This record gives sequence, C-alpha cells and structure tokens, in this order.
Amino acid sequence: MKIHEYQAKEIFTRYGIPVPKNKMVESAEAIDGALREIGGDTFVVKAQIHAGGRGKAGGVRVAQGASEAARIAREMLGAKLVTRQSGPQGRVVRKISLDAAVAIDREYYLAVTLDRAKARGVILSSQAGGMDIEEVAHTQPEKINKTYFDLVFGLASYQAREVALGLGKDPAFVKAVTQIVQKLTEIFVRLDASLVEINPLVLTRDGAVTAIDAKIDFEDNGLYRHPEVGALRDPLEEDPREVEAKKYNLNYVGLDGSVGCMVNGAGLAMATMDVIMLAGGMPANFLDVGGGAKVDQVKAAFKIILSDERVKSILVNIFGGIMKCDVVADGIIQAARDVQLRVPLVVRLEGTNVEKGKELLRQSGIRITPAEGLSQAASLAVQLAGKS
Amino acid sequence: MSILIHSGTKVLCQGITGDAGSFHARQMLEYGTRLVAGVTPGKGGTRFEDKVPVFDSVKEAVRETGANASVIFVPAPFAADAIREGADAGLELVICITEGIPVSDMIKVKRFLEGYPVRLIGPNCPGLITPGECKIGIMPGYIHKAGKVGVVSRSGTLTYEAVWQLTSRGIGQSTCVGIGGDPVPGSGFTDILDLFNRDPRTETVVLIGEIGGEEEERAADYIQREMIKPVVAFVAGLTAPEGRRMGHAGAIISAGSGKAEDKIKKLEAAGVTVSRSPADIGETVSDVLKKVRVP
Repeated sequence: MKIHEYQAKEIFTRYGIPVPKNKMVESAEAIDGALREIGGDTFVVKAQIHAGGRGKAGGVRVAQGASEAARIAREMLGAKLVTRQSGPQGRVVRKISLDAAVAIDREYYLAVTLDRAKARGVILSSQAGGMDIEEVAHTQPEKINKTYFDLVFGLASYQAREVALGLGKDPAFVKAVTQIVQKLTEIFVRLDASLVEINPLVLTRDGAVTAIDAKIDFEDNGLYRHPEVGALRDPLEEDPREVEAKKYNLNYVGLDGSVGCMVNGAGLAMATMDVIMLAGGMPANFLDVGGGAKVDQVKAAFKIILSDERVKSILVNIFGGIMKCDVVADGIIQAARDVQLRVPLVVRLEGTNVEKGKELLRQSGIRITPAEGLSQAASLAVQLAGKS
Repeated sequence: MSILIHSGTKVLCQGITGDAGSFHARQMLEYGTRLVAGVTPGKGGTRFEDKVPVFDSVKEAVRETGANASVIFVPAPFAADAIREGADAGLELVICITEGIPVSDMIKVKRFLEGYPVRLIGPNCPGLITPGECKIGIMPGYIHKAGKVGVVSRSGTLTYEAVWQLTSRGIGQSTCVGIGGDPVPGSGFTDILDLFNRDPRTETVVLIGEIGGEEEERAADYIQREMIKPVVAFVAGLTAPEGRRMGHAGAIISAGSGKAEDKIKKLEAAGVTVSRSPADIGETVSDVLKKVRVP
C-alpha cells in the first residue's frame, strides 16, 4: 500500500526524522492560511499523487514569496499531472503539500527495503541523491552502498554509523545521519513497511540534515496489525476497478489490451495473459477470481472487466479441481445472464466433469463459445476481439 | 521412491476444526493420506469425523500418534507461531498453506528454524502430493498419476493445469511440490531440485516459475552446476507490468528485476527446455522424455 509524501513526513516527524515545515491543502481557500503558518519567503509546492517522477513533470515547483506560491498552488490543484509512472492518462492532483524551502548544500539518497533472496533488510545509501535511483543502480551501481541487517537482531549502531560514514566525514553530519538511519530502520521494522525512502536527504547550507522528500510503501500482509497505517489509504489514488474488486475478494489489475480475462488462481491468470499475447492479442487485465469462482464473485468480475471500454472480448479460463466444472459453468451462465454481456465470451474449462460443464454452456442459449484447449481459447478470444 | 512424503508419512493437521482445515482434512482422508491427528488448542480430546483424534498441542499429538509431518491451515496472524510449534515438536516436515503471513514474520521463522532438522514448505502454497500414496494440501488429488516426473512450482492452479496436461498424456508424477507464492518461501526451487536430483524414481523435473525475486535464477545456477536430470520449465508473467503485484505477494517486478524474460534466458542458458506457452508444458515434457529414452 502506498501513502502520500505528506503522510510519510508525518510519520517521519513522529519518529524524530527532521523534515521542513509543511502543510497539506486540498482546497484553494486553505492555501493562504497554510502559507502564513509555514512562514519564510521561499516555498516548494508539491503535488501529492501516488506516482513517482513528479519533479520532471512539473509537480514540484519552487516559489519566491507567498503570492507566487499561492498562484502555483492554485494552478496545480485540480490539474492533471502526467509523470513517467502515472501512465499517459495522468493523475488529477487533489492534494498538494506546501513546504518551507531549504538552502541545499548537498543531496543524498537513503532507503531501507527488503532483500528477498537474502531474507534480510537492506539499507541503500548514496551520494547521488535527488536523482532517479533506479537509473543510478543500473548505470553506476558502485555509487550505491548496501548494508544488510538481520530482522531478528535489528540494526546494530555500528552499522548505522558505517552508513553515515559512507556519506560524509564531518562529525556533526555523521551523528545526524546515524540517527536518521536508525529511525528509518525503526519505521521499516515496526510498521511492516516494504520501502522507506528519502530522496533526497539534504545537508543544508547552515549544516542541518533534513529529509525534503519522504516515501513509505507498506506490505499489504502486515496491514492487519497496523490499523493506523490502513487509515492512511487514499482510495482516490487507486484504480476504482481495483477498489471494487477488493470488495469481492478478487484480485484485479487493469492493463491496456482488448481481451478481458477471468481466471481462478494467480499463476494461471498470469499464464492466461501470456497465452493471449502469444495468440497475437493483448490482455485488458489480470483477474484472479479465487479457487472457488462463486456466482457473486463471477458476476462482480464480469462487471469490473466490462467497465473498461477497451474490452472487446472476454476469456474465462477455469481449472475445475475441487470445484467441479459443471458447478463453475452454472455460475458463469447465471452471472452472464444477470450482467448482460456486451462482448463475446469464450470459456475454457478443464478438470472434473468438464464434459458436463461444456454441455451446460452449449445449452445455455447465451453467446458463449466453449473452447477446447488453452491455445484455442486464446486464439478465439483474440479473433473475436478483433471483429467486434 | 518419491521425495519428502510417501505412503508411510503420518500427517497431523494444525487448524483441523476451521473451515478450510476441516474441508481439506476430509479430502486428504478420502485420498488415503494417513491423517493421524488434528491440533486445535481448546478442542483436545474430541475426534474429527469420529476417527481422527484432536489434541491441544502439536507436542502431545506427536507423542500420542507418532506423526512426522504437519499441514497448517491456521489464519495468517497465528501461522508463524504454528510453524514454530511444529518445528519445536520435532516434526521433519511442516507444510504451511496459509496465505497472507507478513514477510517479517516469515524471515523470523526461517531464522528460528535454523536450529531444527525440519523442512518447511510454503507458506501460501497448495502443498505437495506423491500420487497414489500421500496428499498433503489442497490440490485436487485425482488429476495426478503416479510416475517419474517431479513437479515444483510457485503457483497453485497453474500447477494443476501442468499436471493435468501430463496426466492426460499418460505421463505420471513422482512428487509435486508447491513452494508457494510468497517473497520469502520456507523452501526454494533449489532445495526441491536437489531432492529430485537424488531421488532414484524421478527422471525429469518440471519447474513452474513466475515473475518476481530470484528463485528461478538461483535454480538455473543449481541446474547448471549439479542437475543430472533434464528440466522443463515455464515462467508466467511475460505480459505482467512492472511495479504491480500479480495476485501472489511475491509476484512483482520491482526496479527492473524479476522479469519473466530474464528468468527464461537464464534457465535456457543452463540447459533447461522452456515452454513459451502454458498450453505446451505437457507436450514439451513428452518431447524431452522421448529424447531421454531414445539415445
């Protein structure tokens, strides 16, 4: 789960990581008051959206004086921002953060994440701050230091010092960074985060160290034990189809193609997307309807798939194991009747009672094409998407 | 022969009285698995389906029944604890079906297990089966057939699909192992490949991977170094976008790593025959078997 920068900064403040004075606003009326509260004469106006690459897209702008800051903030609120991570359709900026600007001397990168293969936490630190860190990792991997720590023992103080010493030698700087590294790790461990990142962490001209950006991603499986974190979810930043899917215990991810698909099981769902591509089409979504494929779930799944205008055909691929094919077929027919499909439906069933299931589909009287194998099913769905 | 489980394996079920636990315990009994005990704290002294004794603790169940493997169906917040209890009771094998365990819990559990002679399969997995002998998990038993192909996978239904393609062609399986879809699994591909490599019955191995992490890459390294048997693979997620989790907690391409095409390249470079389409897994195995048998 992602949260906004201003929310991450609130968490930083709670844990004692210094951040510039800032205030989140959602309406034009609140802007002037917020700027007065922050004070000073240079501000940074920052769009709050759940997509990276805001800086280059004009979503982070420096303003001299409160009146310029207010003008930029008004422009930004409600505008669409297209970044390299937002997709071509962009994101509407519903919230902005107004920050006090700091005089930057040097910029650093600091993050805590998980190394899956090593089953350890890892602190990533670099003097190449403020840049696209993935780009740095790719082109100049030697510029990123990695410090691994055990989640059982936690981060040792010497490790935090080593991270700080890798970034600079001034004793006051090392002391400040050591503390920030410890706090950052504490947030990562205590809140079941999957990433805690500061890019950039800055040394100001007056010698202070402060996080002028903040990012925290949380592990979904850990949310049950942190209700206060779950409360930070901003549903407006999520795909409404994914929000709807969650209500029915469905796993949905919207994609760009024209062949909608509904499958039981995540691995088989991914494999079905792949076989659509191999048949010359592109999948419109990933959708795991769960092992049971119950009628109300199938119905909700059809509705969510069809809410995407680009969908021109739907491929249902169900492996009926413990849930038998005839039961699954019955559910599909019922759901298809209730939803009134506007596009052709190809159904591929495999497993127990498969012949019975196919017979039910053929006799249903609705526009369902039963397919024999997985390849044939995908070809049919791709062909039908091209026609309609 | 087979790996990990056989007709002599005595199984206990942690969380046998819950919805999923009781349903699948019944299925396992029907398949012929020697399910000798159930464990649910507070329900000790009762019987499941009038025959399987239920105990309050795993230690007690092991002492009374001689169980040597456990299958866990307890909810995510308590699953890590259940795994530790299984290991502490001296079990050789613990299979955790539960989905949704926080990754930090799993890391701690793995560290805890280091002192015990136990193998953990899962979590977030379908379990494992040695066809005709023993089924521990949630897979439909009848799609399997006893034979000589070992199957190891990060997925559930995709494995059933692959197994069904094998069985439909008359190709049987020695043991099928689902290692699960989480970022930090109890056992990795390499652990299971090594067992298949040493198993006299297994002649060929099917490996089913997916996007995210480095399990497939490490498997490729192992195969190149040690594997004396042919391996056929499929990797799901060629069309998966970066940065999006595809159902499984571990199925995510992040910062450009964990892509299906990179995994496929690495496996192919290690001599693995990779089936590009999920529809051709059975056919690919069939071709490889023909080559093995006719030198």
